Amino acid sequence: MLKHEAQATPAPASRPSNRRQISDRSLSQLFIWPTLILLIIINIFPLFYSLFLSFTNYSAIANRPPEWIGFTNFDRLLNSNDIWGYFSLTGRYALISVGLQTVIGFGLALLLRKKFRGSGIVTTLILIPMMLSPVVVGLFWKLMFNPAYGIFNYLVGFSNPATAPDWLASPSLALWAIIIVDVWMWSPFVMLLCLSGLSAIPDYLYEAAAIDRASAWFQFRRITLPQVAPLLLIAVLFRTIEAFKAFDLVMGLTGGGPGNATQMISVEIYSQAFLGQFRTGRASALAYIVLVIIIAVSNVYIRTLNKVREG
Amino acid sequence: MSNVALQNITKRFKQVTALRDVSLTINHGEFFVLLGPTGAGKTTTLRVIAGLEKQDEGSILFDGEPVDALMPAERDIAFVFQQYSLYPNMSVYDNLAFPLRSPLRNMPEADIRQRIHHAAEILHIGHLLERKTAHLSGGEMQRVSIGRAIVREPRIYLMDEPLSNLDAKLRESLRVELQHIQKVQSSTILFVTHDQIEALTMSDRIGVLREGQIVQTGSPSDIYDRPVDTFVAQLVGTPRINLMPARRENGTLHVAESTMHVPAPDTLHAAFMLGIRPEDVKPSPDGEFAGQVALTEPLGVETIVHIRSGAQTLLSIVPGITDLRIGDEVRFNVVRERLHYFDQEGRRIVL
Repeated sequence: MLKHEAQATPAPASRPSNRRQISDRSLSQLFIWPTLILLIIINIFPLFYSLFLSFTNYSAIANRPPEWIGFTNFDRLLNSNDIWGYFSLTGRYALISVGLQTVIGFGLALLLRKKFRGSGIVTTLILIPMMLSPVVVGLFWKLMFNPAYGIFNYLVGFSNPATAPDWLASPSLALWAIIIVDVWMWSPFVMLLCLSGLSAIPDYLYEAAAIDRASAWFQFRRITLPQVAPLLLIAVLFRTIEAFKAFDLVMGLTGGGPGNATQMISVEIYSQAFLGQFRTGRASALAYIVLVIIIAVSNVYIRTLNKVREG
Repeated sequence: MSNVALQNITKRFKQVTALRDVSLTINHGEFFVLLGPTGAGKTTTLRVIAGLEKQDEGSILFDGEPVDALMPAERDIAFVFQQYSLYPNMSVYDNLAFPLRSPLRNMPEADIRQRIHHAAEILHIGHLLERKTAHLSGGEMQRVSIGRAIVREPRIYLMDEPLSNLDAKLRESLRVELQHIQKVQSSTILFVTHDQIEALTMSDRIGVLREGQIVQTGSPSDIYDRPVDTFVAQLVGTPRINLMPARRENGTLHVAESTMHVPAPDTLHAAFMLGIRPEDVKPSPDGEFAGQVALTEPLGVETIVHIRSGAQTLLSIVPGITDLRIGDEVRFNVVRERLHYFDQEGRRIVL
C-alpha cells in the first residue's frame, strides 16, 4: 500500500526513498525479533543451561566450573525419602486444595448465575482475592492466623487465645492453613471460568427439560455439568499446575515449616538452590523432575478434556 | 389431545405490552397456525400456554379447566423450539426417550423403545438413533426435536417456528411430514410462523396476530379470500396483493392515476383502497385495460408480470413461461367478482 502511494505521488527529492520501501515481511520481522531475542535470553537459554546443570555438580557461589557427573543428581534425588515425602505432601496439597476450589468455585458460580440486585458488585468483591499478590496475601493471613490477636481463630469460634490453635506453628494444621488461604484466593478463579461456561448455556434447554418433566438433578447432571465441564477442567488444570508450583504463598505463610511440615517441592527446590550450599546442579535436576511430572499430569487432563469436548 | 382456550390473555414485559386481550380457541385435533410478523407476540402466546411465562391477565383453559396454576411439566404439553433444543452429550435415542423416562410417567423400557422406533420411522431418523446429537445436521436435529414431541401423547403440541432455521428443500419436506403426522394421529397442534406459505399449506385454521392482538381467525380461504384489513391482505399471498387508491364517481370505479375503471357497486364509499390478487389480473389480447410490461419474473411453473398502467404497477401471475417482453404493450382484464375493497383505515368494506 505504501508503495502504491509512493508511485502515485512521487516523494519529494529530499526524502530518502528507501525508507518507504520496507516490505511487509521485514516489517513483521522488525516486530518479532525483539520479542524473540528476549525469549531466547530469559527463557530458552536458561531452559537448556539448567538442563545441562542438572547433570553436573555445580554451586552458583563456588568459584568452580560445573563438573559433569551424569545422572548422579537424579539418582540421589529419586532415592531420597525426604524428596518423596515432599512430593507426596505437594500432591496431597494439590489434591485437597484444587478439589475444594473446584467445589466452592462451581458453587459460587451457580449462586451468582442468576442476576440479582447488586450481583455485579458481589462478583467483583468475590474476585478481589485473586487480584492480590500472593506475598501480600501470605503476609496478612499470617496476621489473621496469629493465635494471640489474629481474627481467624475468633471467626471460627475459638474466642480464648490461650486454647486456640496456632495454625502456622502446628505441624498438623500448617498445611491446612495454606490450603485455606489458597482456596480463599483461587476459588474465585474457578468461579469466573464456570460463570462464563454457565452463561453460555441457552435457557431453552432448561425450558425443554422443564416441559419434559426433568428433575432438578437431571437438569444439573445432563445439561449444566456437560456444558460447563470443558471450562471446569481448564480451571482444574490451571489450578493443579499452580498448586504443584506452590511457592510464594508457602514462603509468605510458613517458609516450609514448622520443621518440614509444609516443605512443598518448589520450596525444596528453592532451599537446594539458594540456601545453605547453593546446590545449583541438584536444584536444576529436581526442577526437571517436577517439570516432567507437571507435563505428565497436564497431558492426562488435556486428554480428558478432549474426550469431554467430543462428548 | 384436548381443546385449548385462551381467554383475554394480556402479557406485559416492563413497558411493552406483548399480548393485548388475546382470546383464541384451538379445537381438538386441529392444526392451528398463528401467523404474524416478527414481534407480533406469537412466541409469547406459545410460552404463556406452555407455562414458561405467566400472563398478567386472563386465563388458559385445557378442556375447560384452567391450568394457570400448573407448572409447565404438569400441563402435559410438548414444545418444539425454534432452536434445536436437544440435550447435548446424549444420543438421539436417549433424547427421544427422555420425556418418556420421566419418573412421573413410569413407562416400561420396552414401551419406550417401541414408541421411539415408531416416531423415528415417521420422521426418517431411524438410522440416527445411536448418534450423538452434536454430530447431526440442522435438519436432522429439528427432526429429533419434533420426534421428542411426538413420542409422547401430549394434550397439545406447541411449535415455535420449527422450520424456519432449515433450508428451503428440507422445510418443504418437513412441512408435508408434519401435516401427515398431524392428520394420521389427529393431534392438536398450535404452530407459530411468520411464513404465510406454511400457514396456508398446513393449517385447518389460521389466527393472524399483529402487535399483540388477534386481527383475524379463520380457515385459510377465509384469510386469503376475505382478509379483514389491508394488513392481513398483504400478509398472505405471494406475490402480494395489488393495493391501489380508487374512487367511485357516477357508478364507476376509477383507479387513481390510471385509466382502469370498472362498474362500481352502489354501496361503495367515495374514496377507498382497491385490492386485486395477482392471479386475478389476467393478460389477454382483447383485454379491457391497456398497460405496458415493466418486468417479468419467470418462476418456471408461472411468471410474475409487472404491468404498468398509468402510474400504477400491477402484479399479474400467468401460468408457465410467458413470451411477454419488457416494454411490450399488453391488454388485461381483472376478475370483477374477486375485487377487495378497504376503507381509508384499511378495514375491509363488506358490500
